[in-house]
Amino acid sequence: MSADIKKLRESNRPAGRKYGGTALSFVFLSILGLFMIFPIYLTVVMAVKPVEELFVFPPKLYAIRPTLDNFRDMFAAVRQNRVPFSRYVFNSVFVTVSVTAAQCVFASMAAFVLAKCKFPGSRIINGIIVTSLLYQSSVIYIMQYMVMAKLRIIDSPLALILPAAASPMGVFLMRQSISQIPDSVLDAAKVDGAGLFRICWQIVIPNQKPALMTLMIFAFQAAWNIQGSGVIFREQYKTLPAAVAQVSSSGMARAGVAMAASVFMLVPPAVVFILAQRYVIETMAHSGIRD
Amino acid sequence: MRKKAEIRKTFREIRKNKACYAMLAPFMILFILFTVIPVVMSIPIGFTDFNMVQKPEFVGLSNFRTLFLSDKVFMGSIRVTIVFALLTGPVSYVLCFLIAWLINGMPRHLRTIFTLIFYIPSLAAVYTVWQLIFSGDMNGYLNSFLIDLGIINAPVQWLTDGRYVLGVTVVVQLWISLGAGFLALRAGFQNIDPVLYEAGAIEGIRNKWQELIYIVIPSMTPQLMFAAVMQIVSSFTAGTVAQNLVGFPSTDYKAHTVMTHAYDYGWERYEMGYASAICMILFIIMFFLSRLIAKGLKKIAG
Repeated sequence: MSADIKKLRESNRPAGRKYGGTALSFVFLSILGLFMIFPIYLTVVMAVKPVEELFVFPPKLYAIRPTLDNFRDMFAAVRQNRVPFSRYVFNSVFVTVSVTAAQCVFASMAAFVLAKCKFPGSRIINGIIVTSLLYQSSVIYIMQYMVMAKLRIIDSPLALILPAAASPMGVFLMRQSISQIPDSVLDAAKVDGAGLFRICWQIVIPNQKPALMTLMIFAFQAAWNIQGSGVIFREQYKTLPAAVAQVSSSGMARAGVAMAASVFMLVPPAVVFILAQRYVIETMAHSGIRD
Repeated sequence: MRKKAEIRKTFREIRKNKACYAMLAPFMILFILFTVIPVVMSIPIGFTDFNMVQKPEFVGLSNFRTLFLSDKVFMGSIRVTIVFALLTGPVSYVLCFLIAWLINGMPRHLRTIFTLIFYIPSLAAVYTVWQLIFSGDMNGYLNSFLIDLGIINAPVQWLTDGRYVLGVTVVVQLWISLGAGFLALRAGFQNIDPVLYEAGAIEGIRNKWQELIYIVIPSMTPQLMFAAVMQIVSSFTAGTVAQNLVGFPSTDYKAHTVMTHAYDYGWERYEMGYASAICMILFIIMFFLSRLIAKGLKKIAG
């Protein structure tokens, strides 16, 4: 019997998963990949180029004498703003950690309840969350500003943290993943007398590592990129991206410094993504929207 | 009488599910404050004249009349947004799908590397490097490259020439567009049960295209929908990339999107009523488009 299936599989080889095109698609992906990676490569090269090489014609695709001067200048450049560079780094880390932690905790609980409990209003809330995926953007920026003004949190770190702490996409992804857990597991826990809160944190969430990691990556990425232009005016509350934007907009002579700042922005989320990408792919498999 | 009993029943249900509401509360409070209220509020504000200092004043349809009848820049921005969305949205969607599909056919380690390569540009706002590539002097990488090849003999002002600014923005937007939607599709492919391919082979599927139409697309509809929503949002609300790259306002408003227009009125001129009206129109377009795509996908999936 099993031999038969094997034979059948072999006879269908050309129609199965293995096609002759693997090498061809490798070439195609590599060429496209080079285009994708080239600007990143250039960013790194420019970041280690000494200033005098910036004006060499034709521009070189590599640094003749690589140096870390630009990184040093970057720290010095923003220091002129009366706030040391480390302050921006601290602000960004503080905002990123708070947002990521809050998103994970809040979204886990909300997603668990929405996936596994039926109560008045649960269907409407689910619907609103799916619709609000369309709103994940600057469309509501202006109105958000007014809410923040009413709450008197403009120009304080809360203006950066609170709006980002509740992400409908996070809840959506978690909910899709949690709903794959069979109800019988939860019923067993209920029989044992566990409350919802305990079921959530002791049984469900520990089994949601992939989804939680995905949520963490997206939260980390979003929070790390929060610029807060328009809601933060005091220099000591500005984040790293805001400082980077200030450096970047000061022309060619500063190009090296701007690129050094870009590298500084890119490395942390890249590292987090590399470490957790396996989990991300696992979770995104349940990301689909069923109508 | 029956209605009253029903209300009482609902109340009893609510009381019974106290724990549910308590666990939902932290998220819901923030979600309502920073997403629901802003969205709901923007509807009435769109019908007023409001400068954030004085009380909003009801002006009826005047904002919309101005937008469609006399604001030439707005009509231009709609055109730019549609052209921009048509150029970036579908292309990026197809690219996401194609790349995810090809990556899925690779051995395991290559899959990891390729996923990282294609996803990395959307990780952080690092597109400032494109300013150096498209820089208008001889030192711009593209200019020096083209001069070297003898295609042009004087540097082209990529970032300020009205003929090129939109094109430049489209290229950079495409570069950063392989985000969450791409990851969803990558995962979708990985998740297809291999048994389906075998069954398909037995049923007489003979090539990759048939496999794509009869097996892959039907089993990935939810992910396709998620990626579509992500793509619609990012291509219609784009504006920051253009603002940072080709300046604000861009030459002859050639890269002036609806979002940029809203930014102009909301942040620069403090005409919140007008800005809300602009956002409302944008949202209506996005909402119906996502419905349309949902219907289309359902039809394809049978």
